[in-house]
Amino acid sequence: MRYLPLTQQERADMLARIGVAGIDDLFADIPKEKLLTALPDLPRRKSEMEVERLMGALAARNVAAGGVPFFCGAGAYKHHIPASVDHIIQRSEFLTSYTPYQPEIAQGTLQYLFEFQTQVARLTQMDVANASMYDGSTGCAEAVLMAHRVTRRRKAIVSGGLHPHYVETTRTVSDMAGDALVALPPDVRASEDIIAAIDKDTSCVVVQTPDVFGNLRDLAPIAAACQAQGALLIAVFTEAVSLGLVKPPGAMGADIVVGEGQSIGNALNFGGPYVGLFATRDKYVRQMPGRLAGETVDARGQRGFVLTLSTREQHIRREKATSNICTNSGLCALAFTIHMTLLGGRGLAELARVNHANAVKLAEALARVPNVEVVNRSFFNEFTLRTPGEAATLVEKMAARGVLAGVPVSRLAPNAGLDDLLIVANTEINTDDDRAAFVAALQGALAR
Amino acid sequence: MNNQGRTTRIGEQADAQHKTFTGARALEANEPLIFEFGRNDVTGVDIDAPGAFTARLGALAREGAPDLPGLTEPEAVRHYVRLSRMNYSIDAGLFPLGSCTMKHNPRLNEKMARLPGFADIHPLQPQSTARGALALMDQLSHWLLELTGMDAVALTPKAGAHGELCGMMAIKAAIVARGEAEQRRVVLVPDSAHGTNPATAALIGFEVRAVPAGADGLVRAEAVRAALGPDVAAIMLTNPNTCGLFEREVVAIAEAVHEAGAYFYADGANFNAIVGKTRPGDLGVDAMHINLHKTFSTPHGGGGPGAGPVVLSGRLAAFAPVPFLRKEGDGVALVEDRAATQAFGRMSAFHGQMGMYVRAFAYMLSHGADGLKQASEDAVLNANYIRASLRDLFSQPFGDKPCMHEVLFDESWLKDTGLSTLDFAKALIDEGYHPMTVYFPLVVKGAMLIEPTESESKASLDLFCMTMRDLALRIKRGQGEPFHSAPHFAPRARLDETRAARQPVLKWTARKPSVAAQ
Repeated sequence: MRYLPLTQQERADMLARIGVAGIDDLFADIPKEKLLTALPDLPRRKSEMEVERLMGALAARNVAAGGVPFFCGAGAYKHHIPASVDHIIQRSEFLTSYTPYQPEIAQGTLQYLFEFQTQVARLTQMDVANASMYDGSTGCAEAVLMAHRVTRRRKAIVSGGLHPHYVETTRTVSDMAGDALVALPPDVRASEDIIAAIDKDTSCVVVQTPDVFGNLRDLAPIAAACQAQGALLIAVFTEAVSLGLVKPPGAMGADIVVGEGQSIGNALNFGGPYVGLFATRDKYVRQMPGRLAGETVDARGQRGFVLTLSTREQHIRREKATSNICTNSGLCALAFTIHMTLLGGRGLAELARVNHANAVKLAEALARVPNVEVVNRSFFNEFTLRTPGEAATLVEKMAARGVLAGVPVSRLAPNAGLDDLLIVANTEINTDDDRAAFVAALQGALAR
Repeated sequence: MNNQGRTTRIGEQADAQHKTFTGARALEANEPLIFEFGRNDVTGVDIDAPGAFTARLGALAREGAPDLPGLTEPEAVRHYVRLSRMNYSIDAGLFPLGSCTMKHNPRLNEKMARLPGFADIHPLQPQSTARGALALMDQLSHWLLELTGMDAVALTPKAGAHGELCGMMAIKAAIVARGEAEQRRVVLVPDSAHGTNPATAALIGFEVRAVPAGADGLVRAEAVRAALGPDVAAIMLTNPNTCGLFEREVVAIAEAVHEAGAYFYADGANFNAIVGKTRPGDLGVDAMHINLHKTFSTPHGGGGPGAGPVVLSGRLAAFAPVPFLRKEGDGVALVEDRAATQAFGRMSAFHGQMGMYVRAFAYMLSHGADGLKQASEDAVLNANYIRASLRDLFSQPFGDKPCMHEVLFDESWLKDTGLSTLDFAKALIDEGYHPMTVYFPLVVKGAMLIEPTESESKASLDLFCMTMRDLALRIKRGQGEPFHSAPHFAPRARLDETRAARQPVLKWTARKPSVAAQ
């Protein structure tokens, strides 16, 4: 077996040194009647070539985003990733290292986490960011728990513009923890009055911008209303590239910012692994979940970095910890950091502009198609299209014409009566030809 | 001094012994932060400006570009390559971190995960265009169920601790369904458990009741029975446990737990010791997470991403969270809508860590049933070989008896030497090794938990053991003084963690003088 270095002779010699007659003597604590006598009913080992063949056949049954005109978003976005990003994250020293518990020999990881934290804090215009969460949705659930700790209240109010999966993920944790969660109904036109729902029991208000339907939301009035009632404003975004062009949540008064960082440096991967961005105000840092890298000095006086404020964490605090989280999303955070470093603020702004321009172009083209309507008053690189029938059926028809047209709202919110809505994303990858193909496939599908 | 603690005057440091002008030591760079040399007007990505268009941002356009420095590609590549050289890694050496399972990460798995048919597919594109991905998830599920002897699997948890949360949520949902939510509020957790266990139980409103282990490091069924009652919802038991021992009374414990109307959650962090040898389902387990990044070798990546699918017994299967796979025709379909199911909820957006499923599945196919069993046996053999090679110099808290995939020593052999487990661990760094897990499990004083994994050759183990023996002998001969200040040859000496926590500096700021310059 190509991954197992011991030879049979070595195994025998080692058993002799240990002083046992056979390998099963080392498994003697397993009750005899529970020891497996036969191999599991599964195939035997395969060569590298055979595995490649089998996996390749599975992969070939999927339609890859890069192979067709592609417009799916709703929380995960196809962007171009510079070749150097994937090259660097595959370096052994990053790929095959562990959580940096021994900082003397993990400065590489610790320093990029410190850079990552600084980038996220600046991007969101918040005071402090952690070393990443599993993804945006789990970060959102953690943010609500954090707000409950800070405010000592237990009711969250969730906007109807929040990604339905984020709502469900957060609701699951809230229900299990015995907290209250009030979710406003899906709000396609960003017209809900969330301020009216805030009261003295409200711990936090969760608002996404751009929201799941693509609308941009002004958080400033909501932040003011939260402040008046002693509640925290949790701002969510799922498209990090938007921050290159739209007002950052920190500038609109958010207390906690949660974002999905996949868009920068990370592939679609059918939903994971991704990287959650999490930032807050200095005064709340000790209530923050997740790992934090901090600057310090070593015994020679050199600057160095360590994991810090770990007294919040489970391995020290056990049942009193701020969260049960044990890892971050290290390698995905590295991909984010490298891509962000390559872009810089200027590159991000340029990239965001192209994204926005492409979405505007498609929206303008769709304005000329009868029987469909772009619902949004504002958007960044994604908008919602009202279609004459079921959007899910339309998407299947357009897929048959070689275009992956977007995400039907019914896929995310199946019982909300929004079956005619389609969420359509445009990024820098989409060309004029792609958009022409979209319009043609749409018209073809609508005609039949 | 500049921000990196480097001299700004030529000739100031070059004459001092062992100091260099750059602060570098040959291959090892003294690398600044990107904020100290990047420029806000530089970008390493060429983007063509779009033609004229009418913005649709409403009144929410930002003013100016984000305040972030950029680097061109050659600068960025050099920066991150230089950083990488300050990291230890499995590829560079033995990484004996107990409980963490730092085994070799086959590169084939990386290659497979990057096939466009896996990496470049969207979680919400039509299922009809992702049949291969669903088939892979189905086959991975089949392997996990076959290896564990369980009835159902929830693939979506994103890490081990997230899997624990999923498993305990399934248990809570089952208890709620039985109408016993008010009554059963306690979860039993042995003292030796990972900190994530009590943290998870507490997160969803359970009270934690500790169960003491016996003098041999094992949990007694009798002790569990004593702690059980009508108020108990579950036990969380790690098996093999964090001392590297198989819980001999696990079957009796499971029976007692079930008799009391509670559930058995197994922490599967150490499943890699028993794959192909025994099945958790046969031992009475109701829920167990599997760390794909441990047992099935997806890379640890400097602290994630992991993946923590949870296998469930028939008693809990119905409560598995969405999305899950359901047979449909001759294929499978994803069930994403909670309505009309008993699913307790959703763990995260989308379908979990697909990139990790691909790697883990490639690992399983490569090994096969025979290779997986051999891997477990070799992991256990290697750990015991280390035990046999060190047992005369190091002390074992529970006596000299076979261990599973990791061997545990304590610090009693260091008594009266003035040195601690930490000093020893740091001395190991100078010898070119990553230290073992230290001070865990908490129940053993000065614990040193060594997990070599099956990836190490006999020659590699021999050199490691000789190194361990040499360090121990130096201490016993009274030559351990230098260990107090070890490591001496690492990119950094010991770091001031107290200062980091008391005066937290969690991001770079331009105005504050750097600590090195003070």
